[in-house]
Amino acid sequence: MQQLFNFFIKNKTFFLFLMLFSIAISLTVQSHQFHRSKLLNSSNHIIAGIYAASNSVSQYFHLVKENQLLLEENSRLKSEQFNRKRDLSFDSIMEKTYRLITGVVYKNSYTQATNYLTLNKGLRDSVKEDYGVITSKGIVGVIDKTSTKYSRVLSILNTNSRINVKLKNTKHFGTLTWDTKSADIVQLKDIQELVKIAVGDSVITSGFSSIFPANVPVGTINSFRLNDTKDLYVIDVKLFNDMTNLEHVYIIKNTDINELENLNEFDE
Amino acid sequence: MNNIIFLNIMRFLGLLFLQVLICSNINFMGYINPHIYLLFILLYPTSNNRLTFIFCSFLIGFIIDVFLDSGGTHAAASVLIAYLRPLFLKFSFGAAYDYQVIKFSNTDFTQRLIYFSSMIAIHHFVLFFLVVFNQNQILLIIKYALYSSAFTLLLCLLFTSLFSNKRV
Repeated sequence: MQQLFNFFIKNKTFFLFLMLFSIAISLTVQSHQFHRSKLLNSSNHIIAGIYAASNSVSQYFHLVKENQLLLEENSRLKSEQFNRKRDLSFDSIMEKTYRLITGVVYKNSYTQATNYLTLNKGLRDSVKEDYGVITSKGIVGVIDKTSTKYSRVLSILNTNSRINVKLKNTKHFGTLTWDTKSADIVQLKDIQELVKIAVGDSVITSGFSSIFPANVPVGTINSFRLNDTKDLYVIDVKLFNDMTNLEHVYIIKNTDINELENLNEFDE
Repeated sequence: MNNIIFLNIMRFLGLLFLQVLICSNINFMGYINPHIYLLFILLYPTSNNRLTFIFCSFLIGFIIDVFLDSGGTHAAASVLIAYLRPLFLKFSFGAAYDYQVIKFSNTDFTQRLIYFSSMIAIHHFVLFFLVVFNQNQILLIIKYALYSSAFTLLLCLLFTSLFSNKRV
């Protein structure tokens, strides 16, 4: 026993190293899986607070561009409103199903394999996990962690991200993933080889999940090839959003989410 | 003595915030970021308690991980080079290290270059290996590690010459 203690004391540096190193490795392994440690991420109160302070300075640099975007969106919405046909009954149902909450991006990354954003809205603003996040141009990601005042978004530029989308022309649907190579190109998989596709076709959300409503723009087809087994396409989709430069976003709250989830439970 | 502790605490906090608020947002050529916080590990006094040193290195890497949502990658790489540091010190500075009297500002530039570049290269290789976490993309890892370590090395050398204190 004495010798055992002596051995530990003699090699204490090595054991400390081993312990800390294995903690770090286990955290890394955990981060490569979908569900992350609850406390230690950037929606943590202190960490997000520091990002908030930093953002309160840096947001002034983007004011001109943000105003431009808002003007563009306003003009588009106005023209939609003026050209609207008289069938309001369907739209009034839609308005109740999806509610939009505006948010500001405090932290954004796009160079790693697993990218996350931090937003300034949290449980206090009734933002919960699995709410979709979009901008006026296209989709951004899905909320995966929330604290009282902040929330973290699993970006579509994340190897763990899986979002159901469809082709606008043919209505065939597939899964949107990311291969980490470029911040403006994502991959659409699981489209059958017999589907006719062309470069430049639009890709939109399918609306099958309760996260995103249907027809939110995603991007256009940049190039496509068959996969190794020659039966499915791997399609490179160029995003409408510039993911490197996000400031104001909309969080989509689906008020029917519980009802839809209950319905799916019956299915299984 | 207290002066040295104070200096290292300031260096810890200063480099930490410099890293998370500025250096990690540079994204030169799309993905090249300098990891300037390594300067804390590189310049930590050589006559130290190794347990404290390894723990401090873990801490700075870990806090950066929490900020950047990168799991434990920075912490693992930092702990590794902190543990291996005596090896590199002996390799780069030779006899001077045996007497534990190294003052980084007084050392030869070539020796300092060898010490910095070897430590930074190891750190970046481990870091990007853990970030990508896929041995099929080894070329990608080497590319990232090489470019980023060149950037880090440049900034570290600039910083040390900028803040070198000749009187000490």
